[in-house]
Amino acid sequence: MKTILYSRMQTAVLLLLRLVIGYHFLYEGIDKLLSPNWSSAPFLLQSNWIFSDFFNYLASSPSTLVVINILNIWGQIFIGISLIVGLYSSIAALFGAVLIFSYYIAIPPFVESYTFIDKNLFELFGFLIITIFPTSNLIGLDFLLEKYRNLKNAKQK
Amino acid sequence: MPNKNNDNNLNGKISRRDIIKGISTIPLLGVFAYDYWKQRAKYKVKNKVVNFNLGLDNEKVASLPSNKKSSGQLVRIGIIGTGNRGKALLKAAGFANVNWYNETARNNPSSLDKYHNQELLNIEVIAVCDVFDYHAEQGIELASNGMQPNGEQVNNKVKRYRRYQDLLANKNIDAVIIATPDFHHAHMTIDAINAGKHVYCEKTMTLTEDELHEVYKTVKKSNLVFQLGHQLSKSETYKKAREIVSKNILGKVTLIETTTNRNSVSGAWYRHLDSNGKPKRGSAETIDWKQWLGTTPKIPFSLDRYYGWARYFDYDTGLAGQLLSHEADGVNQIMGFGIPKSVVSSGGIYFYDKKTRDMPDTFQVTLEYPDRDFTMLYSATLANSRSRGRVFMGSDASMEVGSNLKVIANSDSLQYKTQIKNGLISTSEPFYTYPQKQINLDGISSATERYYAERGLTDTKVNGKSIDITHLHIKEWVDVIRNGGITGCNIDIAFDDTVAVLMAHKSYVEKRRVEWNPIKRKII
Repeated sequence: MKTILYSRMQTAVLLLLRLVIGYHFLYEGIDKLLSPNWSSAPFLLQSNWIFSDFFNYLASSPSTLVVINILNIWGQIFIGISLIVGLYSSIAALFGAVLIFSYYIAIPPFVESYTFIDKNLFELFGFLIITIFPTSNLIGLDFLLEKYRNLKNAKQK
Repeated sequence: MPNKNNDNNLNGKISRRDIIKGISTIPLLGVFAYDYWKQRAKYKVKNKVVNFNLGLDNEKVASLPSNKKSSGQLVRIGIIGTGNRGKALLKAAGFANVNWYNETARNNPSSLDKYHNQELLNIEVIAVCDVFDYHAEQGIELASNGMQPNGEQVNNKVKRYRRYQDLLANKNIDAVIIATPDFHHAHMTIDAINAGKHVYCEKTMTLTEDELHEVYKTVKKSNLVFQLGHQLSKSETYKKAREIVSKNILGKVTLIETTTNRNSVSGAWYRHLDSNGKPKRGSAETIDWKQWLGTTPKIPFSLDRYYGWARYFDYDTGLAGQLLSHEADGVNQIMGFGIPKSVVSSGGIYFYDKKTRDMPDTFQVTLEYPDRDFTMLYSATLANSRSRGRVFMGSDASMEVGSNLKVIANSDSLQYKTQIKNGLISTSEPFYTYPQKQINLDGISSATERYYAERGLTDTKVNGKSIDITHLHIKEWVDVIRNGGITGCNIDIAFDDTVAVLMAHKSYVEKRRVEWNPIKRKII
């Protein structure tokens, strides 16, 4: 990936954005994991926009529901950890954006409210910023990984 | 592209500074773990404390009747009275208006769900009786060609009767639904039971004590199934309320306040005009007025009396019969209190023209239950629509019961003293609600966040399926006819409810405190 040069201030703010969103996702993932009765079914069943049939269908079969629950819980946990430790953060943030986008279109705010803006939309753009303006190659395990690869390449030459 | 990092690589090794840059954010995981467990421990304490005290965890979502047809023998029904309430009962029994069904299916299909959730009761309505031709035709249309909850149309032959006595003489009829004006309930129920028919009778059961004893005696000595049309017992909210009272969550309940506030002409029972101010259908030619009057004073035909009979004491027991009866039944379902020891009523016609009604438009009733240590208040106005609710006041908490249920702790409660002090229970917001409000989940919000948002604990109605409680009430009646058992509003409960209503009415009319003598079983 092409490295972008940021000022110190830009790096700091982007890094904080990454950590805050990572923290939030890790919290939500862990909390669902440790709540014995948590299921995505109530959310899927409340889907109220044009994709509601699809989301309701996901909730209707116990076997697909299990898969959805696992994907959701572990998706949130892995994305959270990835953003915090800075390992494959860009790709994780992209997955995060996709996940949030699916929440958004399942129950978009504009169906029952006057506005299309909600906290999902903000977080979606947060993820996109993290994907497009990466910081893990400056601070995070990605930085070490890149360093290690470069060293290996240099030795091979 | 060369940059600072690549320049570092030229050193040929990873520096300490590089390692710090690489792992510097990892300690945040430790901070997270500490923070999370701290939060979790707090949540656990809170959850445990409240659940422990309420004993209401692991609550089941109400089960819906299956959409299959009830098995067993076909029950053949005759209906007497197919005005508004009669038609509503037919719909609750699975005979809906085809035009309504098709229009709703076109314009707002999801609102049909409630109807589709009804069970097919395996009944036929084979006879309709009404003194008004127009209502009779409407009833016949529903019974012969109505739309069933499974989306199939009925195809039945239905016989119209002009006199209910002739309908009762039809040997093919197993059971009758009585939805006539109140002053016909008693003699029709007695005649129906004597003709060997099971009876579903709308409230109020009787207008006088003599009738009450006769209906009671007649039903008791028969083996037939009787159900009074107090459908509240089928509401999940009322069942939950009963559980809350029996588990002492409210502490000692000594005062119950129930209310009615309405502010419309129709709500005050002026009903002979349509929404455009034109007289509704019906005339001396199309309504058998003599039969409608029955044993009441002979007067010339009156469209106003035909539609607004509830306003006149010749035909009804006023607000006591029309609305207090629901409140008394609701409180009875929750507290199981039986007949009050004494009743005092007051009020008057303060808003409407006194010449147009006997029924008060402002009405207060105090029902005393000294043996059970509580008072029930009923307060009604037909000239103000402020909602005052229905509140059960206990020494530890208050419970408001309506279409949903809320429990709010008393700030002086001893039972919740510790939890209130620790901030685990708020005294300004409900600590228990039922059913839980459907809050707009945003996909990532965790269980914890929902808990704090709702303070409603564990029982969310996941599917949120709703069903007409009148359907459940009729279904119970049909099930008991078929399989035996006891109906929810059987003759014993109906007797208690009716005594309370008659006491309140008598007290208002005679302007004195009345008492119940349990030995003579008489109002004195």
